[in-house]
Amino acid sequence: MTPAAPTPLALIAELTHRCPLHCVYCSNPLELSHRADELTTEVWSRVFREAAEAGVLQVDFTGGEPLARPDILELVRAARATGLYVNLITSGVPLDEARLDQLVEAGLDHIQLSFQGSTEDLASEISGTKSHAQKLRVLDWLKRRRVAVTLNFVIHRRNIDQIEEMLALGESSSAGRIEFANVQYYGWAFANRENLLPTREQLDRSVEILKRAEERLRGKMKIEFVVPDYYAKYPKACMGGWGQKLMLIAPNGDALPCHAAQIIPGLRFDNLKDRSLREIWEKSEVFQKFRGEEWMPEPCRSCDRRTRDFGGCRCQAFLLTGDAAMTDPVCSLAPLRTIVDDILAAVNGPTAEKLVKPDWIYRPNPA
Amino acid sequence: MIPELSSRPRLAVGCRLNERNQPSRVLHMPERALRLNGPSLEIIERCDGTRTVQQIIAELQKLYSKAEPKKVEEDILGYLGRLHDQRALDFTPAELDRSAEAK
Repeated sequence: MTPAAPTPLALIAELTHRCPLHCVYCSNPLELSHRADELTTEVWSRVFREAAEAGVLQVDFTGGEPLARPDILELVRAARATGLYVNLITSGVPLDEARLDQLVEAGLDHIQLSFQGSTEDLASEISGTKSHAQKLRVLDWLKRRRVAVTLNFVIHRRNIDQIEEMLALGESSSAGRIEFANVQYYGWAFANRENLLPTREQLDRSVEILKRAEERLRGKMKIEFVVPDYYAKYPKACMGGWGQKLMLIAPNGDALPCHAAQIIPGLRFDNLKDRSLREIWEKSEVFQKFRGEEWMPEPCRSCDRRTRDFGGCRCQAFLLTGDAAMTDPVCSLAPLRTIVDDILAAVNGPTAEKLVKPDWIYRPNPA
Repeated sequence: MIPELSSRPRLAVGCRLNERNQPSRVLHMPERALRLNGPSLEIIERCDGTRTVQQIIAELQKLYSKAEPKKVEEDILGYLGRLHDQRALDFTPAELDRSAEAK
């Protein structure tokens, strides 16, 4: 029996994989979509209508760099016209003040501006470009515009010790939220993992700083903190559960349950060019595969936490164990938790190098 | 935070009610949405920057006349305070209002 589909709440629209940045932890797949395969304005507009009709509340425009799409204003208008809450996740690189005004005018509700660090040197090292000064300009322009702002910091070993400076940057801006999301280890981040995982000491210190900041800034700025799940006792409820809340649409129109699902062998993704959003959400093989509890192995199957964390992340289970249907090995109850313990031991061991500039594998720009 | 009775709450930047014609009403906020039932929707719809907290309480006490008025007041103050802490509401203080009128 296949479990009934819940109502989808958010749509992650990867408009393009083209991007001026080359971040070493990019969440895009190793095999990037090409420009020629990207969905048209018309198909995206139809998808937004179908999403709103299916109960979706919010659309996240992301990429790559979503502003690389010349039709971005049309897409914002089309999404907003259906009633969706429109969120743009951007590097800020292609922005100028006029463009920003047009986006707000078109109905943008919320803008998330990514930063790679608090200093130009480190930001350039991580993103493989020089873009920090432009981001600071965008932050300044945002002060004079009526749109919600979040600062996004992806956290890892090289920048985790800058959290106080990152907080100060947030406080000097009009941001109402600031996200400190530790790198999740898939795609490019998995390839660079040994240079990205923070030490336990670094992590503990950052948690202390953020706890104090949360208290101090209550009602002024919301602080979101995502720990690296390798250090967690229980796995994250990845995407709120497979096929439970979110649909991600890749630039070519493939519908995925998460950012990384392409890595799981044997999944055939349905495409929004061929089928409606509701049909894919409710009936596609991929969305049903790990929905609910039928697929679960022990110890998940009889675990009290199974309705909270859904057995953790399928992609992580595959990356670390070679089997997507295993318990996520970051769980302290997982039979294969030793895999994660060994990785942590290497990072925290006496021989671990911490300050040398690593040989990064940079994410390229697709054709 | 406990809101001042004389202050005027309004939805913060990036927060809005969804359209009336949609089946369930929600308050959109950056990265979350709050489903609204009867009383919470009645409160939020009145956070328009013109009514004071005191006025909102009085209107809800009239609307829910079977409920204990003191309880209605406490519930509203608690709810508005929580929404402020989540950065969903801004409160214009009474003094600021007067200085704006003087101009």
